Amino acid sequence: MKSPLVMLVDDEVPFVETMVKRLEKRNLAVLTAFTGNEALESLGKHRDTDVVILDVKMPGMDGVETLKEIKKKFPLIEVVMLTGHATVESAIEGMKLGAYDYLMKPCDMEQLVTKVDEATRKKKDHEEKIREARVKEALSVHGLE
Amino acid sequence: MIKSKEKRITDYPAFFRKRFFTVIVFSITPMILVSGIILYEFNRSYHEKVHAHLAELVLKHKQNIDGFLVEKLADIRVLAKTFGFEELSDESFLRDRLEILQKGYGPVFVDLGVINSKGLQVAYAGPFKLGKAIYSMAGWFETAMKKEYVISDVFLGLRGLPHFIVTVRDNWKGEPWIIRATIDFVAFNNLVGNIRVGETGFAFILNREGDLQTKPLFDIMPEKGPYLEFMRAELEKKDDIQIVERKDESGKKAIYVAAFLKDGDWLLVYQQKLSDAFSDFRRALKVAFAIIILGGLAITSLAYVLSTKMAYRVAKMDEERQMMDEQIIETGKLASVGELAAGIAHEINNPVAIMVEEAGWIEDLLEEEDFKKGKNLDEFQRSLKQIRTQGKRCKEITYKLLSFARKTDSTIQEVHLNDMLEELVAISAQRARYSNVTINTNFRSNLPFLEVSLSELQQVFLNLINNALDAMEKTGGILDISSRLEEDHVVVTVEDNGPGIPKANLGRIFDPFFTTKQVGKGTGLGLSICYGIVKKMGGEIEVRSTVDVGTTFYVRIPLTKQKEKEQQEAVATT
Repeated sequence: MKSPLVMLVDDEVPFVETMVKRLEKRNLAVLTAFTGNEALESLGKHRDTDVVILDVKMPGMDGVETLKEIKKKFPLIEVVMLTGHATVESAIEGMKLGAYDYLMKPCDMEQLVTKVDEATRKKKDHEEKIREARVKEALSVHGLE
Repeated sequence: MIKSKEKRITDYPAFFRKRFFTVIVFSITPMILVSGIILYEFNRSYHEKVHAHLAELVLKHKQNIDGFLVEKLADIRVLAKTFGFEELSDESFLRDRLEILQKGYGPVFVDLGVINSKGLQVAYAGPFKLGKAIYSMAGWFETAMKKEYVISDVFLGLRGLPHFIVTVRDNWKGEPWIIRATIDFVAFNNLVGNIRVGETGFAFILNREGDLQTKPLFDIMPEKGPYLEFMRAELEKKDDIQIVERKDESGKKAIYVAAFLKDGDWLLVYQQKLSDAFSDFRRALKVAFAIIILGGLAITSLAYVLSTKMAYRVAKMDEERQMMDEQIIETGKLASVGELAAGIAHEINNPVAIMVEEAGWIEDLLEEEDFKKGKNLDEFQRSLKQIRTQGKRCKEITYKLLSFARKTDSTIQEVHLNDMLEELVAISAQRARYSNVTINTNFRSNLPFLEVSLSELQQVFLNLINNALDAMEKTGGILDISSRLEEDHVVVTVEDNGPGIPKANLGRIFDPFFTTKQVGKGTGLGLSICYGIVKKMGGEIEVRSTVDVGTTFYVRIPLTKQKEKEQQEAVATT
């Protein structure tokens, strides 16, 4: 399987930098963004992104709002929320809005990678199903079934 | 906290005094004013009435006495004019005349005498042997010779008895002669002596020299009274009644009413002690004073009671307000500290996350071949592990701070206190065994359900139990946990026999960040979280501690909500 393409969104630059190194070391392709807007823009360019790792607490457009936009524009892309203790409620809200899961900061790297893998698999499954549905539709249109 | 308490206490005695005097002044002043005005007016009009009455009395008697004297004089004048010197010089005729007079007027006329110009009594009729008496040396004789008629002052005369005489002068053959009649002193005296009012009112007559003309009922000293002043009064005023109030001989206030008699020769004086003259008024005054004093006493006691009650109520209100203020301060302190803590926790969380990630990154790098051969690899790994451990510790602290600021699960539910406590005891049992602590429980059965947040309540008691176990960690001991029902509260006591809390710390144990535990072992938030939770439930948490004896925590949780619910149910079922 092709390694997942991950986008990390967090306003803490040092955190992002280190995380990128660690994630890349675990064979993940990583894109970065430091604000919600930047993330949306970047996603527009990289539509093949599998998972967005999204910090809940960010200045300007916060995690929950960003999540809403992502789900609106790119419904298939999975989102894993990253949160401090104080924002568990917003993480739960995020789950309700369609986030795949949430993790507490500072998080365990192995756990994060596992979640990313699971989310990627879910996304691939979805895409597969969509593709199958399309094939079926195409076949039925041409009367081959 | 103690300092502020002292500052806040109102000066209740001063408050009480102010109230007390205000009530008294505002109640008693009108009473005294009204009574005073009424009494003053009453006094004035009563005085006028008494004066008028006495003046009338004296005037009547003055007329009476004057009338008496004029009448007697007229009788004698008629005698002199009708019969003349020759006939009256006959003693038997004179005796007949006296008899007729005495028949007509009673024993007023004592005797009759006819005196010639030499002062020799030529004829006498009467009970005394005064025939041929010589009056040329008598004081009244000279006057009698000068004036046509004379009514003398009272004198002892030849007979040695007090009496006064009436003389009428006439001429016979160019020589003046006098007919003299003695007026019975007793009869005259009665005219004046009969003037009696009250217990001390009496009358008497004085002449111009201040000699008594009648026998007064009580002894008087004419020189001491105001009598001579009356005498000095203008003769034009001789028809007027004079009234004076002044001290009498005995120093008591008396009223004097005087009127001239006999063309200003005599003075009729009526004298009465003021206290007697105004006895009715005095009685009214006494009653009024009794009422004022009783009223004043009633007002005073009422004012006392009311002021005491009010001062007590104000004191109580102040106390309540003070307690409430303290609670508000405490709550406010907790809230602001909570906010601060949440902010700090959040801010710290991010750098800690970065540090941990950096350590992780180094760990990742150490996996690479180059480093695996490094001689300090183990040391690196140990150091990184330590960084991770300490990072986790930071995380725990921030979590605690955050949970202090925002309660995790505050869903209200029905909690069975005893079950919950038993669970907590079970959880703590293992730790207690290590610390050599025996946990005794004494739960009152059939406690009502509490409507609170289970996790919060658990937090409270877990904290208290953990603190107790910490306190007895080294020495071991006994931990008593009991629950009971007290009116509308459930009371849980957590009692240890550990080292106790020094007095200096006792007031601060609920303050956030106050801890006596070693650095890194406690956050100093446990008890302030407990305090916040219990207060939020409307309950109370209290501590009593004696050094070397132990510490007891009392947690009171109200049943109010439960009761309300029962009432609602009762209403719903009916």
